[in-house]
Amino acid sequence: MPTTRTTSFWTTKRRDVLAGYLFIAPQLAGIVAFVLLPVGLSIWFSLNKWNIFTGDLAFVGGENYLRAVNDPQLPSVLLATAVFSGGVVILNLAAGLGLAVLLNRKITGGALFRTLFFSPVVISVVAWTLVWGFLLQDNGAINNLLALVGIDGPNWLQQGPTAMAAVIVTQVIRSVGVNMILFLSALQGVPRELYEAARVDGATPAAVFFRITLPLISPTLLLTAIITIVGSLQAFAQVAVLTEGGPDLSTTVLVYYLYQQAFEFNDIGYGSTLALMLLSFVLVLTIVQWQLRRKWVFYED
Amino acid sequence: MKTDTARLGPPLDLDETGAPSPRLRKERRIRSRLRSVVLIGALVVLVIPFAVPTIWMIASSFKPLNEIFASPPTLFAANPTIDAYREAFAFQPFAQQYFNSLYIAIAVTVVTMVVSSLAGYAFARIPFPFKNVLFLVVLMGLLVPSEVTIIPLFQMFKTMGLINTHLPLLLVPAFGAPAVLGTFIMRQFFISLPVELEEAARLDGLGRVAIWWRICMPLAKSALSAVAILTFLGSWNMYLEPTVYLTSPDLFTLPQALTRFTDAYGGEMWDTQLAAATMTVVPVLIVFLIAQRQFVEGLAHSGLKG
Repeated sequence: MPTTRTTSFWTTKRRDVLAGYLFIAPQLAGIVAFVLLPVGLSIWFSLNKWNIFTGDLAFVGGENYLRAVNDPQLPSVLLATAVFSGGVVILNLAAGLGLAVLLNRKITGGALFRTLFFSPVVISVVAWTLVWGFLLQDNGAINNLLALVGIDGPNWLQQGPTAMAAVIVTQVIRSVGVNMILFLSALQGVPRELYEAARVDGATPAAVFFRITLPLISPTLLLTAIITIVGSLQAFAQVAVLTEGGPDLSTTVLVYYLYQQAFEFNDIGYGSTLALMLLSFVLVLTIVQWQLRRKWVFYED
Repeated sequence: MKTDTARLGPPLDLDETGAPSPRLRKERRIRSRLRSVVLIGALVVLVIPFAVPTIWMIASSFKPLNEIFASPPTLFAANPTIDAYREAFAFQPFAQQYFNSLYIAIAVTVVTMVVSSLAGYAFARIPFPFKNVLFLVVLMGLLVPSEVTIIPLFQMFKTMGLINTHLPLLLVPAFGAPAVLGTFIMRQFFISLPVELEEAARLDGLGRVAIWWRICMPLAKSALSAVAILTFLGSWNMYLEPTVYLTSPDLFTLPQALTRFTDAYGGEMWDTQLAAATMTVVPVLIVFLIAQRQFVEGLAHSGLKG
């Protein structure tokens, strides 16, 4: 390695500036080319109509947005998105926190259980969803198990409500491990003296949980809630593999609907409009998180 | 569980002198042992939906078709067979697809580690004008989901004639939004590194590249392994992108190939899919079991974004 030579022009400071720009150049170029430019193009596409046969764009102004307002399918898509994301976030936080509380006690085999609960996180979404799809077939293992105890299980994936429940549960079980770990480290950050003080005061375990534990881990709770919702808005593979949005539109969430519009019906303009809608949901959630975080910064060290 | 512990709450088992009697102390020990048995029992039940599907997938990949849907369900094959594995390779260019996934994931991981650690180091350490503004620009990558940019990216790559090639799957993750989490992790790490380590080297006249490569990178193993694990899994498990960009089975990646085991009538080839899924999942699972701590820490980082 040659040592740095400073000349009258190339002072250490100038060399640093050059190094700084060169170091960030690949990442910055990637963001410009693969994030900012595409977002700009999305906005442009959403103002145009796409001719599939000639590949030409024709400027149509707000037509795609008008179409979104009048799209008879969109309300049901947004409802499915809300049910899916709401279901995932509630179940994920409850299960993540519950598992973290259980694993926070010192028990034999705790590490093994932690590994098992976490293991679906590293498994390919497609493989995981495929397997659950098999288990949930009308003649699949779950219904065969239910038959053993005399229950005639439903054809899970062929009925709206059970199909939605299946997509939610499959997603939660696959991803709750990450939240479990985050909650576990938050729980371990609660000072022990607080618990001892509460016990001396004769507080019940429920009171300890709701008055001490929950408020102290609330920043983690908020952070994971937002990350979980944002993640659920992007759940494409789960829906594509398990239900393909069906039956009818019951599990067609926004991300799957925009994929269909853009890549199955080749409607680039309308697909882009829906993509911008998805982006605005994510942005709003992120801003909410920033605002709330500022409010709760008191709790964070 | 909660009501259970509530009943066993504050200690009331004191004898007349105010100290716990030996009898009560013994009783308490039994109770606490009973409590952990109940707890372990509950965990065993809870862990079923997390662990059994994976075990069932592996076990059933060795079953003949009629056993997969047997009633009552079985876990292990009565007549084990590897026909499904043979079929996986015969029906699709599965070995090629395996290689595709592997080389794409490795290439993306290596490039991301370089791109992120360079950018992370610069944002953490080197003073230059507009640094904070540019960092915010880069962080935009965390805000914009890849599902939003896929439509224009597809059009861009189409214009360049790169559809049905691996380039979009290599370039976008390595330089674009997925790399930003890596840059963020590396920046946080380098900020925490004592600056004195570098000052001595700077006085010796070492340039920034040498400092980054010879002094900082060797210290950054934990952060780098987190970035590597996140990036490799992200690429290995990617589904939307290959589905959109690739049309020839020779070029498919594994998750995409898994969904294409359907016979001429569109019926799913269950046993073949299970064998292919097992081959996709098991190597990652084994690495996970070996390097658990790194995986858990690394993936917990993915929760830190935002």
